[in-house]
Amino acid sequence: MAQTVFAPWLDADEKPLIQFKNVTKRFGDFVAIDNLTQDIYAKEFFALLGPSGCGKTTMMRMLGGFETPTEGQILIAGQDMKGVPPNKRAVNMMFQSYALFPHLSVFENIAFGLKREGKPKPEIEARVEEMLRLTRLTKFAKRKPHQISGGQRQRVALARSLAKAPKLLLLDEPLGALDKKLRQDTQFELMDIQEKTGTTFVIVTHDQEEAMTVASRVAVMDEGEIIQVATPADIYERPNSIYVADFIGDVNILHGHATRADDGYDIAYAEGKAPLHAKTSNDLGASAKCALAIRPEKVSITAKKPAKVTNAIKGKIIDIAYLGNLSTYHVEIEGGHMIKAQTANTTRLERRSFTWEDTVWLSWTDTAAIVLEG
Amino acid sequence: MRRFTLIAVPYVWLLVLFLVPFIIVFKISLSDTALAIPPYTPTLDFSSGWEGIRNFFAGLDFENFKFLTTDDLYWKAYLSSLQIAAISTVLSLLVGYPIAYGMAQAPDEWRPTLMMLIILPFWTSFLIRVYSWMGILSNEGFLNQFLLWTGIISEPLLILNTNTAVYIGIVYTYLPFMILPIYAALEKLDISLLEAAEDLGCSRLTAFWLITIPLSKQGIIAGCFLVFIPALGEFVIPSLLGGSQTLMIGKVLFEEFFSNRDWPVASAVAVILLLILIIPIVLFQRNEQKQREAEG
Amino acid sequence: MRRFSWFNATSLTIGFLFLYLPMVILIIYSFNESKLVTVWAGFSTKWYGELFQNQAFLDAAWVTVKVAVLSSTIASVLGTMAAYVLVRGGRFRGRTLFSGMIYAPLVMPEVITGLSLLLLFIGIGLDRGVLTIVLAHTTFSMCYVSVVVSSRLVSFDRSLEEAALDLGCSPFEAFRLVTLPIIAPAVISGWLLAFTLSLDDLVIASFTAGPSSTTLPIKIFSAVRLGVSPEINALSTIMISIVTVGVISASLLSKRALVRQKREERAAEQTAD
Repeated sequence: MAQTVFAPWLDADEKPLIQFKNVTKRFGDFVAIDNLTQDIYAKEFFALLGPSGCGKTTMMRMLGGFETPTEGQILIAGQDMKGVPPNKRAVNMMFQSYALFPHLSVFENIAFGLKREGKPKPEIEARVEEMLRLTRLTKFAKRKPHQISGGQRQRVALARSLAKAPKLLLLDEPLGALDKKLRQDTQFELMDIQEKTGTTFVIVTHDQEEAMTVASRVAVMDEGEIIQVATPADIYERPNSIYVADFIGDVNILHGHATRADDGYDIAYAEGKAPLHAKTSNDLGASAKCALAIRPEKVSITAKKPAKVTNAIKGKIIDIAYLGNLSTYHVEIEGGHMIKAQTANTTRLERRSFTWEDTVWLSWTDTAAIVLEG
Repeated sequence: MRRFTLIAVPYVWLLVLFLVPFIIVFKISLSDTALAIPPYTPTLDFSSGWEGIRNFFAGLDFENFKFLTTDDLYWKAYLSSLQIAAISTVLSLLVGYPIAYGMAQAPDEWRPTLMMLIILPFWTSFLIRVYSWMGILSNEGFLNQFLLWTGIISEPLLILNTNTAVYIGIVYTYLPFMILPIYAALEKLDISLLEAAEDLGCSRLTAFWLITIPLSKQGIIAGCFLVFIPALGEFVIPSLLGGSQTLMIGKVLFEEFFSNRDWPVASAVAVILLLILIIPIVLFQRNEQKQREAEG
Repeated sequence: MRRFSWFNATSLTIGFLFLYLPMVILIIYSFNESKLVTVWAGFSTKWYGELFQNQAFLDAAWVTVKVAVLSSTIASVLGTMAAYVLVRGGRFRGRTLFSGMIYAPLVMPEVITGLSLLLLFIGIGLDRGVLTIVLAHTTFSMCYVSVVVSSRLVSFDRSLEEAALDLGCSPFEAFRLVTLPIIAPAVISGWLLAFTLSLDDLVIASFTAGPSSTTLPIKIFSAVRLGVSPEINALSTIMISIVTVGVISASLLSKRALVRQKREERAAEQTAD
């Protein structure tokens, strides 16, 4: 049986849960969000990724009702959110600082939102117990926030924001305060909980690994604009711009002139050198200037020129960064460019074949590199 | 609506009980003394309409301020207040700085206790603290008894009811205001800066002079203003510890109002005092602002 | 481990002797048998007895406490409102004037504040008495309260209030259920500050009190103007003791709470997950 792929954004009949329609937000002269239009679908785990000041937090705060758009419209489930205060929205937020009420116990924190709805007491208790179980906090229910660890506090914040079963959960750098190891475990926990509850998650993060791990789609933002929205794999393998290619992961960029050839382009990157070839369906249009983006792990490094490879360049090893599982070679190619090539260290260190000053060949296939406008 | 109430209640309270009274003081300072209740003219008479208001404004003049310049009691009192406040401020700095320095250098576990000992006098009655010096400074007081006993002096010193007693009183009561900002500045001082200075060839004394003093400058300035500003308008200390020849403007104002019942002159004295105070207050504000900016 | 250097130990010792010796002498001589305040004539508590016989002092003390409780309570409410407006109120017309009126009374000489309030009360025909002192004290102590509370509000994590709104609170509920319980310690210390300021105040009370509403400081002032009196020594000793016990126990309590919180936080981090 073929597994159905979760991709509501490809389905023309699907109604989006959240719609940003030409939204602009200005703070004085500063444009935080610039004429932005974007749809987000139910049950998505949507990540807003970008450097600080790119507008991702503003977008989230507008969904929560803490900021109002200067221009444009935000719709949630088809309803215009203009003038709806935060306490009247079926949207909950998990704050970066967690914002746990220090004077209330874990239980009371989780029950806080439910009590505001005026639900009967047994119902509230049952729901809180359920949330405590979901986040493995049952035995900490009576503790105050300062009596539990950072990881536990993070889970309380999650339980509290999920308790009211919101249509949409906003997460502002939810894992930012955790150390690296705990963060990785928690990422999977988050995905698990998102799947179990079927809630739509919108997460704000500056950590690209985090966004890639948890999200169904990632929106890469810069200066108030969304540069690209795609699945993590597409963002990595098919970035639409140098900015995205450079922001996500490590990349080699070679600038050059493109000319149409067969099913792609030939790129002349240096005078007197054979052009590199890349397959693409992209149309660069009139512009002949281009940039070639190649991920280091897609570049193979060999002592001799490999036969039957489209692209091969000779170079000299300048630096080797040994990272344990991987090694990155910094290779200076003729013409002065530096290219990074990464190999997995499947053999022991002492049997490694290359060292400093060695002359090597770098090669990659015609589908490994991406041609971008540059 | 709620927001409006929230702003309006404290706002109106302060307008009615803080701003309006000042306008009244200013107005009365322009009035003339009269043997009446209230003892000044003109009074605003709304019942006679425009005529009343015009008469009211026609009756106002700067006569009281002219009077203040002609009677040398007043400008001497202003000058002497400034002088006493300035001398007391310098003395407070000389006494307070070593204490603040000692506190900042003290072992960590001692600091909360020392801090509490500095703050404790804040909470005890100001009046009682001033009063406690009366028994010490009087002719047959403890200080004189002690000095006679040690043989340093053979005649009791006259201290109470002189300006010296006023200096002691001001330094004593306002010392915490001097110590706390200096301590706050010194506590933040990184010890390695002094070590670096010594490493670069300073003696300890030059390191203190070139590093510690400049880096505690903001605290010193804040402390000086916090002593100088209230000392200028002080009333209790000169009336309890000072003598008949101690002239301070707070005392003059109080007596002008209660003993001479000359309200317009008392009001004019207050207006001038306020104008004098604006300068140090503005300077103090600027110092605070600079400090806030420096701390980001 | 840092230790006291010779210089620092000396300056601290002399400094604290200067601060505390006058009060210690005052306390010792309140137990002096003799009427002559500078001659020791044996231990006695008779001046305390006389103090409690003195109806005028007791009346004044009662007026003072009444005024202090009323004015500090009203000042706490108004001061907290003012602090909230200053820190969270955003922009509104007349904001500069408002913050000016909050800070000005802190640096205003008491003689001027007292004089101006008296002229106001006479102008509107309000008879001087407990009410006028309460109004006067409330006005200047609300400014102190608002400074104490606003310094707490500034360091207050704003997202706590936003979280409350997000979980369905109206702005007023968010203040009542989240902000107020968290800033309560600051409001309480503001109240205590207002209370002691009111207990202490001589100058403003002299202007605004009527003949039937003499406060304790006014009484003490008129007594000590004539010279040192053993009864006043006894009264001062009582007042100093109350304050000392209060301040020391408050600082011990807050230190204990802090130590416990630190210990619990450490324990929580060690037993992570």
